Amino acid sequence: MEVKVDLKSMKHENFKDNEYIEQLVKELREGGTNVVVGVLDDVINWGRSNSLWPLTFATSCCGIEFMSVGAASNDMARFGFEVTRASPRQADFIMVAGTIVHKMAPVLKRLYDQMASPKYVIAVGGCAISGGPFKNSYHVVKGVNEIIPVDVYIPGCPPRPEAMLYGMMQLQRKVKLERFFGGVNKKEKRPEQDK
Amino acid sequence: MFDFSIITTWIDELLNNFLQPWAVVLVEGVIIGVLLLLVYALIALALIYAERKICAFFQCRYGPNRVGPLGLMQPIADMFKMLIKEIITIKNSDKFLYGLAPFLVILSSMLTFGCMPFGKGLLVLNFNIGVFFIMAVSSIGVLGILLAGWSSNNKFTLIGAMRSGAQMISYELSIGLSILSVVVYAGTMQTSEIVEAQNNAWFLFSGHIPMIIAFIIYIIAGTAETNRGPFDLPEAESELTAGYHTEYSGMHFGFYYLAEYLNMFIVSGIASLLFLGGWMPLHIPGWESFNGIMDYIPSVVWFFIKTAVIMFIIMWFKWTFPRLRIDQLIKFEWKYLLPIGMFNLLLVTLMTVFGWHF
Amino acid sequence: MSNIYDKIKAIVPEVTIEENGLSMVVVPSEKMPIVASYLSEKESFDSLVALIGNDWGDSLGVVYIIDSTATNERVVLKTSTTDKENPMLYSVVNVWQSADLNEREVYDFYGIRFIGHPDMRRIFLREDWEGYPLRKDYDMSPEANPVPQTNEYNADTTISLQEQPDGTIKEEERVVFAPEDYVVNIGPQHPATHGVMRFRTAIEGETIKKIDPICGYIHRGVEKLAEGLTYPQTLHFTDRLDYLSAHQNRHALCMCIEEAMGIEVPERAKYIRTIMDELSRIGSHLLLYSTLCMDLGSITAFIYGFRDRDKILDIFDDTCGGRLIMNYNKIGGVMADIHPEFVTKVKNFIKYMPKGLAEYHALFSGNIIARNRMEGVGVLSKEDAIKFGIFGPTGRASGWANDVRKLEPYGVYDKVDFEQVVLTEGDTYARYMIRLKEIEQSMHIIEQLIDNIPEGDYAAKTKPIIKLPEGNFFKRVEGARGAFGVYIESKGDKTPYRMKFVSQGLNLIGAVDHITRDSKIADLIAIGGSLDYVIPDIDR
Repeated sequence: MEVKVDLKSMKHENFKDNEYIEQLVKELREGGTNVVVGVLDDVINWGRSNSLWPLTFATSCCGIEFMSVGAASNDMARFGFEVTRASPRQADFIMVAGTIVHKMAPVLKRLYDQMASPKYVIAVGGCAISGGPFKNSYHVVKGVNEIIPVDVYIPGCPPRPEAMLYGMMQLQRKVKLERFFGGVNKKEKRPEQDK
Repeated sequence: MFDFSIITTWIDELLNNFLQPWAVVLVEGVIIGVLLLLVYALIALALIYAERKICAFFQCRYGPNRVGPLGLMQPIADMFKMLIKEIITIKNSDKFLYGLAPFLVILSSMLTFGCMPFGKGLLVLNFNIGVFFIMAVSSIGVLGILLAGWSSNNKFTLIGAMRSGAQMISYELSIGLSILSVVVYAGTMQTSEIVEAQNNAWFLFSGHIPMIIAFIIYIIAGTAETNRGPFDLPEAESELTAGYHTEYSGMHFGFYYLAEYLNMFIVSGIASLLFLGGWMPLHIPGWESFNGIMDYIPSVVWFFIKTAVIMFIIMWFKWTFPRLRIDQLIKFEWKYLLPIGMFNLLLVTLMTVFGWHF
Repeated sequence: MSNIYDKIKAIVPEVTIEENGLSMVVVPSEKMPIVASYLSEKESFDSLVALIGNDWGDSLGVVYIIDSTATNERVVLKTSTTDKENPMLYSVVNVWQSADLNEREVYDFYGIRFIGHPDMRRIFLREDWEGYPLRKDYDMSPEANPVPQTNEYNADTTISLQEQPDGTIKEEERVVFAPEDYVVNIGPQHPATHGVMRFRTAIEGETIKKIDPICGYIHRGVEKLAEGLTYPQTLHFTDRLDYLSAHQNRHALCMCIEEAMGIEVPERAKYIRTIMDELSRIGSHLLLYSTLCMDLGSITAFIYGFRDRDKILDIFDDTCGGRLIMNYNKIGGVMADIHPEFVTKVKNFIKYMPKGLAEYHALFSGNIIARNRMEGVGVLSKEDAIKFGIFGPTGRASGWANDVRKLEPYGVYDKVDFEQVVLTEGDTYARYMIRLKEIEQSMHIIEQLIDNIPEGDYAAKTKPIIKLPEGNFFKRVEGARGAFGVYIESKGDKTPYRMKFVSQGLNLIGAVDHITRDSKIADLIAIGGSLDYVIPDIDR
């Protein structure tokens, strides 16, 4: 079955890695879809994917380009990424823009833990993906996926604002395929809270 | 001009025909509650959209334009998202107060709706201390903010809450004084009568300079009351991450987010009620035909247009001015606004007593 | 120049002079306090340009580059200790305040402890870090220092080494924050720190009592990495240090290498470099305007600044292929010739920009709230600016004329006419205004150059393998934030033995506590915005 995940801004065919999305859909639909709940899922995903609020987080160069994405000439508000929240509790996804070093790693993990689910991670730039030009350093984490799970990778050093928008739209597509009812998010149990 | 009380009285009589009086009150209460909630949500969504578009307009951007036609569905998507977002419970926080705080904020703005005359005959409570009631319930909001800051067990929220407490209580005085000026001038506290009194000319025009001063003070203090820029110190993003609601997530945060816009609406609504004649159309004494044409525009439209104009001005403030510092903010209120307001009240009293107005 | 060396020799006969690139006075470690106080008190060598730790195999030591603001003379000192187990040197903090954080950096990297330094803590690495990474025998394997899984613990006390009258060294415990202090943690993830800076701030109400800056959340170990790379490979690090003045930083490193090798850069390349430097200076100052406005709550002004900055980035994009990080300079010239439309676009920009500036002034500079937020806030006197080693626009806003473009002209700055903007107020507003005024000066410089770019090669021919002769080399440029220096110590190999980027950021951070003392939290944000630090530039 062919699946199409269109966005208003960009058609399915124009995305470059549709095999991956198709694979994802196949995995998710293995259990079949309930019609009633499926419609509800669509509504929820429509809301979620169109209202992804980024956390204002940047460590280095990519952060400046991320600011450019929000500024006039690129304007990510068009897609619903309007409100950059400074508090992790209110943000939906974190753009890891820049190198993550050893000292920052626990901080980043803590930030991720502080976010309310559903939460997503975009690794922006070579440094966040693999350590980039600083890979051999004694103090650089070789990719943020060592610390937190990453949903979308945006390569570049730094990626152009257009690339960032593309990556963010990829995240939107991914969110559109989620299943709120009986999906993956029910599998994980809340850990016992220590009083 | 269509009087909405025709409909409301008709419903009331209809219910009275086959229900006990207490049941009538109950049913009417439920209907009004549901309607108000609906209006509340709609206004908030519309305002969120308007703010984004206006902000984008000031900033040479497009603003939301992908979700729905012209991005109209954007706030609805936001709402969906926020409704199902996780609400994080925080360790070592005061759970009861933490949960209560957002509702207090919402409650205060909800209650204020009770005395807001949306149109001719279209208000919930029409009693003789309407303005006083509005002032009283709108100051409950600060409690919600203080509690939020305190119960979150976070230093940023605490600083934000303290700022907010100092700010809102200070600026309440100026609001009180400027409202008092209108009350003195109109000679009544009943909202419907205040509107009726502006039949010939809105207070802003008939009341000379003192009323204009009162209006300006009200707008400034009102902006401060809503914690919006340039008075957004309690949630100063660059200083305190998100101020008093830093720790709130999901719909709890959504309440604060909505309340900000609703409070703006209320402040603007009261401004239009007190100074711009509420739902009263623009009447110019002597121009009978002009007044007649104006009367054809429904009263609800008048009210919302006036409110929208003032809201636009408040948004304009936010997207133009930088933020004040806390000591400057307090100094501004206590050293400038309050004395001016007091003097102005005296002027208005004299003006009213000696009849120096149109 | 030799004059001052003779004078030092007269005071301390044990010193020797090392002539190798830079002429260095080698001072025995126990004589360092005498030489330092002599230089600062008698000879007015009051500005510590750089403090560079190094590991020479058998000894650990420090190189000091000291300028005199009165005579513009320069003296380079070198001192070392052979004790590698417990290396100790005398601190120069009491003489040059800017040595404070720099000595902590040397302690962090080399383990040299400074006697008399008030606060011997690690500055970049975590307190539980094993080893000293810039030592040549440091174990680079990831197992030695794995990615930490636990939250960081910051002690509220610190150690200071004090020399007792009988000559022994005693460790004294100093308090950073007392238990009753209300300490708010601003950063590392905070919207107003412009990255991952962290200020532990003791406050009383809204008033700041003390700030303890903690750096290193973006410490990438660039200097250590550079030691393992060939010279052309090291170039790209400079762009990523202070990414807002990428061109200038790379210019500094290229010039340092070119000077060491004796490469003559073609005139055309010099012109292009100078224009690019000035364009990125404008871009950086526009970013300061944007972020300062955003910090003060004026988001519209932020967007306006970015809107105009994007025009510069488009120009870079055409010629260099990159927007933020351009990788454009190379040893001997520039990577590629300018884009055919470069000249037109730059001219259009220069025509457009005055309108933008007028808009900024109308929107923000003249705004009463903005004025009240900035005027008289965070005053830094000229003496303090020199003491803390604050170069660049921030220092010039305090009345210290320190423009490297004027002092040591490079590129084609000696051929153009421009004014060094100096303001005397030293407050946040002056620091803000000086940036906008420098934009005008930069445009004036570009105007003079853009029509006169000479024909010719855009890069000199270089050998395929670049080797520097043995020696020490130091070169500074005027970055957007202030002097940016590159110090290279070469043993004659393809790779540098030690490469140090002398950046402005660390000194700025060193002054934050002094500037913000007894002001409000909101002022910290305004001051931080006006100081214009870039975090990777501090942490490197």
